[in-house]
Amino acid sequence: MQKKLKEGFDQAMKKWLPNLRLLALFSFMALLLAGCGEPFVSALQPAGEVAKMQFDLMILATLIMVIVIAVVTVIFIITLVKFRRKKGEENKIPKQVEGNHTLEVIWTVIPILLLLVLAIPTVSATFELADVKAMEPDTRDEDAVVVKVTANLYWWEFEYPDHEIVTGQELVVPTDEKVYFELIASDVKHSFWIPAVGGKLDNNTDNVNKFWLEFDSEKTEEAGGLFYGKCAELCGPSHALMDFKVKPLPRAEFDQWVDKMVAAKDAEHVPASDVAKAGEELFTSNGCIACHAVNPGEVRPKPGTGPNLANFGDRSTIAGILEFDKENLKKWLKDPEDVKPGNLMTDTYDHDGLSDQDLDALAEYLMGLKIEE
Amino acid sequence: MHVEEKLTAETFPAEPEKATLEGKNKFIGFWLFLGGETVLFASLFATYLALNKSHASGPSSQELFELPLAFIMTMILLASSLTSVYSMYHMKNFNFKKMQLWIGLTVLLGASFLALEIYEFNHYVHLGHTITGSAFGSAFYLLVGTHGAHVLFGLCWAIALMVRNSKRGLDLYNAPKYYVFSLYWHFIDVVWVFIFTVVYLMGMVG
Amino acid sequence: MSTVAQKKGFGAVLWDYLTTVDHKKIAKLYIMAGGFFFLLGGIEALLIRIQLAVPDSNFVSAGFFNELLTMHGTTMIFLAAMPLLLGFMNAVMPIQIGARDVAFPFLNALGFWLFFFGGLFLNLSWFLGGAPDAGWTSYASLSLHSEGHGIDFYVLGLQIAGLGTLIGGINFLATIITMRAPGMTYMRMPLFTWTTFVASALILFAFPPLTVGLLLLMFDRIFGTAIFDPALGGNTIIWEHFFWIFGHPEVYILILPAFGIFSEIFSTFSRKRLFGYSSMVFATVLIGFLGFMVWAHHMFTTGLGPIANSIFAVATMAIAVPTGIKIFNWLFTMWGGSLTFPTPMMYAVAFIPSFIMGGVTGVMLGSAPQDYQYHDTYFVVAHFHYVIVGGVVFAVLAGTHYWWPKMFGKMLNDTLGKVTFWLFLIGFHLTFFIQHFLGLMGMPRRVFTFLPNHGWELGNMISSIGAAFMAVAVLIMLYNIVVTSVKGEYVSADPWGDGRTLEWAVASPPAEYNFKQLPLVRGLDALWVEKMQGKKEMTPAEPLGDIHMPNSSILPLIISFGLFVAAFGFLYHPDGVSWSVPVMIIGGIITFGSMTLRSIIDDHGYHIHKEDLMDDDDKKGVEA
Repeated sequence: MQKKLKEGFDQAMKKWLPNLRLLALFSFMALLLAGCGEPFVSALQPAGEVAKMQFDLMILATLIMVIVIAVVTVIFIITLVKFRRKKGEENKIPKQVEGNHTLEVIWTVIPILLLLVLAIPTVSATFELADVKAMEPDTRDEDAVVVKVTANLYWWEFEYPDHEIVTGQELVVPTDEKVYFELIASDVKHSFWIPAVGGKLDNNTDNVNKFWLEFDSEKTEEAGGLFYGKCAELCGPSHALMDFKVKPLPRAEFDQWVDKMVAAKDAEHVPASDVAKAGEELFTSNGCIACHAVNPGEVRPKPGTGPNLANFGDRSTIAGILEFDKENLKKWLKDPEDVKPGNLMTDTYDHDGLSDQDLDALAEYLMGLKIEE
Repeated sequence: MHVEEKLTAETFPAEPEKATLEGKNKFIGFWLFLGGETVLFASLFATYLALNKSHASGPSSQELFELPLAFIMTMILLASSLTSVYSMYHMKNFNFKKMQLWIGLTVLLGASFLALEIYEFNHYVHLGHTITGSAFGSAFYLLVGTHGAHVLFGLCWAIALMVRNSKRGLDLYNAPKYYVFSLYWHFIDVVWVFIFTVVYLMGMVG
Repeated sequence: MSTVAQKKGFGAVLWDYLTTVDHKKIAKLYIMAGGFFFLLGGIEALLIRIQLAVPDSNFVSAGFFNELLTMHGTTMIFLAAMPLLLGFMNAVMPIQIGARDVAFPFLNALGFWLFFFGGLFLNLSWFLGGAPDAGWTSYASLSLHSEGHGIDFYVLGLQIAGLGTLIGGINFLATIITMRAPGMTYMRMPLFTWTTFVASALILFAFPPLTVGLLLLMFDRIFGTAIFDPALGGNTIIWEHFFWIFGHPEVYILILPAFGIFSEIFSTFSRKRLFGYSSMVFATVLIGFLGFMVWAHHMFTTGLGPIANSIFAVATMAIAVPTGIKIFNWLFTMWGGSLTFPTPMMYAVAFIPSFIMGGVTGVMLGSAPQDYQYHDTYFVVAHFHYVIVGGVVFAVLAGTHYWWPKMFGKMLNDTLGKVTFWLFLIGFHLTFFIQHFLGLMGMPRRVFTFLPNHGWELGNMISSIGAAFMAVAVLIMLYNIVVTSVKGEYVSADPWGDGRTLEWAVASPPAEYNFKQLPLVRGLDALWVEKMQGKKEMTPAEPLGDIHMPNSSILPLIISFGLFVAAFGFLYHPDGVSWSVPVMIIGGIITFGSMTLRSIIDDHGYHIHKEDLMDDDDKKGVEA
């Protein structure tokens, strides 16, 4: 009796198993089409031309694969139900079939055709995404924005060679046009990834990699004006915390930002209050100025230095991951190791020696470093 | 055929290395091993070709390599391959003493090759071409040095074979062992031909 | 020497296993060691999933997490999956081809002990300053940068273990080439033997690039060379190439034997010959060959350029074709058959949809522009766990149930087996299905924690719950094994009743010499052919005679131990200790001295005499 129950249970489960899978698969499709995740960090909510091309390819591939899985599932279910050994068939020897030429041809040729359908747009997109003529010296488009991205442990530098300005952690770019990137790493391999906007490209230590992305203005608005960037190559303990932010602006506003940064190169920054002034003194006396430039024109040698802080006060995060407020800034300065284990700022100054007053002063000074009013 | 059977020139099989199951296995197994070794050396060559122009502050390949020494070393190693061919000829003819003699000559030639190579490396170090000084240096010494280590291992192997079997003579137990050694030795020689071409000749041309 | 099993003391049994050159015992060693490392890797996985169950967690530190993820991958692939498969190949393949052992029994033992000491060395890192922490892929710039000795443990441990695998590959190839029984042509070999053959060829050609890569990394870290140092003209991408030229064939080394196991199981439990045998063989060979042509699909984001990316994308998609052929052949093996569903067949049936899901995401990953999004995210983690767990792990669990009676003489409990199966299946899908989405929603891989408000909380929690299911499933399997060993009843040569291949023609477990007389093979599925003609046993191909057996030896263990010792010398050399070189030399002497001893001491084996064979039970092997 128990054996019968067990057998029955097995057969029933055998029957439903593939259906469960089918259900799972269609939910996958549905979720995919619905576009899940957060719009500022999800590849399923493409916010630019590159991400859209890649998303469209994903849909095509998924469709093809679903066809294949559906066919296999149908054969699978029928087989399991129809041919299970029934009562009284204990000694039945089924016909030993060597093969079937027609079937074998069919299931060789059809997959090849399906793969061709995927391969052609794949190759086409590969070349399109690699088209960086506009940033090469011979075919340079003077109007195109080029950003040099240097990845470091655990922060990102963004330099605009055409304008000789540099910033860190927060990438400012124009919307609705191709923006070109040169990628390099100063210490170990990293990888530059803005999931909602497009696929990644590695920052190698040995060579410069180049590609382009496009930031759609409407999608930027839907995402709240800010996209999340991630490091996508294991680089050490704080690989998970090596985030950067992306702020796409309409071209006119972007140009204004550039102008302000350029103007700030020659302007003398005057701390707004006495507290801030005290902070500036601490910034120098603790040696911060040795690694962190506060003039947006100064590109420091890497590795071994930190992000340019000229427009620190305009940024939306502290250290790329903490919400931008005074408490978090003080927390970061007081105990950087706790926020980003293994970071290279930890051993460069005496954080225990900083009193709460010192921290207030530093925070006041740093948050006052702005180029926007 | 029983492996320890005492044979004569008449009863000794035409292919003694394959006359037993163990011999067949050793034969196939060693060829397979050489297949793997080929990929190993191919990888070292690939590394060398990627890095041979990166000599940092050390001398370049054009400045370094001299044809006479490399040529002599090549000739010595090729000759040692020839002597190993003669030794196998004698093995198949059941002439143990002559086989041992020609293996001995192989060893002498191989040792001369190694001595010259050690002299060569020492010379390069004095010229500033070191294993840690540049990527070119690292790749060079790792490729050529791995080959040299294989030569050294081969010499130890051959000497062990000669000494161990000196009192025993030839039989179907040790015939495959000698044969496999000769395969190894030929392989080492072929690798050297590639080194001579890719490293020295191409390196001198630039 | 009698062939009847004697009651031995623990010490005698231990010595037996330490010195054995018998492929069946070596198989058990591989399975025990591989099983142990599987548990270790599983614990590492559990710790990873506990840490990632909630955002901003500090259950483990960031540095320790990187060690966990590195060791989880390295252990599972090199120390669990490969040895378990090598164990089955050792246990089953020689008998399937009608041989008495492998071509090189001594080297077989050496291969095991090298793996064992390599794995031991690698795991000692946990206690000696920290495990490697640069991922199982150990990319050059990070791995050179990594402080402490973790990476050195990786380099040296894998080098030693890798030598063992290479030796094993050559052994299996030579065995299949020279030692098939009379009548066993290549096209009459069982599929599991074919997959062993092709996987061994892959091992032969894929491990040397790894060997070279590890050698270069070792020299850079321990002796200061500049292969991967851009400052002196070196290039870190070289490591990526070597690693993946090895790494891609490696995954086919893992999956092909798994395919072989399932081919046997589908056929046996459908009571039908494998549909399209020739195509299956051809597809296996093609997969093996193409496996060497696709490595740079792991490097699409490295910046090789659109031409390289396109070529590798198309080549990668091509591999889907022979793999698809196999799936259809398995389905049509079942079609028209008479199916039963004991535990091995449950795994086989579940494998089909699970592996397909992994396979299709593989095709998606192969499309380079898509991969620019997927690469280094949880999408990839989902993909490879689907194919490895859904393919290799299922196959290992299936093979364990299927061949346990052959190896140990008893059947594992089928009910417990099915409980393990269901729990594992549910856990597996819970853990990994959602990870496809996590990756697409922007979650990179190898992250020790994730920040809140990215929309990743639910997915990660579900994923972690699945891990608990799998853990329980494995514990039940362990219980099954213990209970069976203590209480189980002994079974016959063909306990499943429908055995088609030669391993089911010999006793469970087989006699030391496998076959009293080598069998005459008259067709594919050699035993089935005899059964269909009403015979109970194989027709012998030779008269009863003395059987030549190889001697046991402790030297394989000692040779491996010498390398283990030398490795410590290498490891601590950069620290400038005075004893590093002496230790290297001592280790070298132990190894090369033992090798010399082996070469100069004559070893002709021993003979089991005809008279002793005739005394044994009828049940053991074939009669005259």
